[in-house]
Amino acid sequence: MIWSAITTSPIDTREVLSRVGAEEDGAVALFLGIVRNSNGGRPVSGMEYEGYAEMAREQLAEIAGEAAERARTDRVAAVHRLGALAVGEVSVAIAVSSPHRAQAFDAARYVIEQIKVRLPVWKREYYLDRDAEWLDGQVPVAHGGKVG
Amino acid sequence: MSGGRPPVVRAPRATDVRGDPVDVTVLLFAAHRDLAGADRIVVSLPDRATVAAVLAELRGRGGGWAALPERAAVAVNRRYAHMETELAEGDEVALIPPVAGG
Repeated sequence: MIWSAITTSPIDTREVLSRVGAEEDGAVALFLGIVRNSNGGRPVSGMEYEGYAEMAREQLAEIAGEAAERARTDRVAAVHRLGALAVGEVSVAIAVSSPHRAQAFDAARYVIEQIKVRLPVWKREYYLDRDAEWLDGQVPVAHGGKVG
Repeated sequence: MSGGRPPVVRAPRATDVRGDPVDVTVLLFAAHRDLAGADRIVVSLPDRATVAAVLAELRGRGGGWAALPERAAVAVNRRYAHMETELAEGDEVALIPPVAGG
């Protein structure tokens, strides 16, 4: 199945993995995005993800569908979390299964790279040594053409 | 009295109506929301105004609004759109700051 979601709840990676896999599949790729403890040399205490949830839901569903088409599999699962996350928490999880590893890796990579340029989500980083700030991002590129 | 049928009154077609202002809802996120001090605002514009006109109207409010960019990535009704996209009554226009998901 092709599954995607935007959630404010902690991501259960086993549950995401359970959404892919079939008897003909010999490979499962799982990508996790994690809040790390520093950025640009500054200690980070946490991250707040804000999103345009309704649009993000639609964009992530589209991205997952495109990834499935690329990999010629219909086993793609992707979820992005919004809200306040602590260091070490999972912000995004992507699972793809396919008969061979190349398609699974390729499709998982496609999903995270497209999230980076299209998903209407922003993050504000909280530091131990200064005020929080919104992180620089990518000017979004609409599927098939630049926007703006 | 007369047995004739009542005259047919034709409702004006959409293309007959010009110039009525349209109300669109603008959504602001992240750094844009912090600048404006608001996360949503209803803007009244001439019919067929573009997204660019929305930004011009907002920037013209002065204060933090003036710090909004002249051109930005935008979505209309949750689809990426362009500054030249024409708007209709009830459209939801979102200014999309550079995205940073993942």
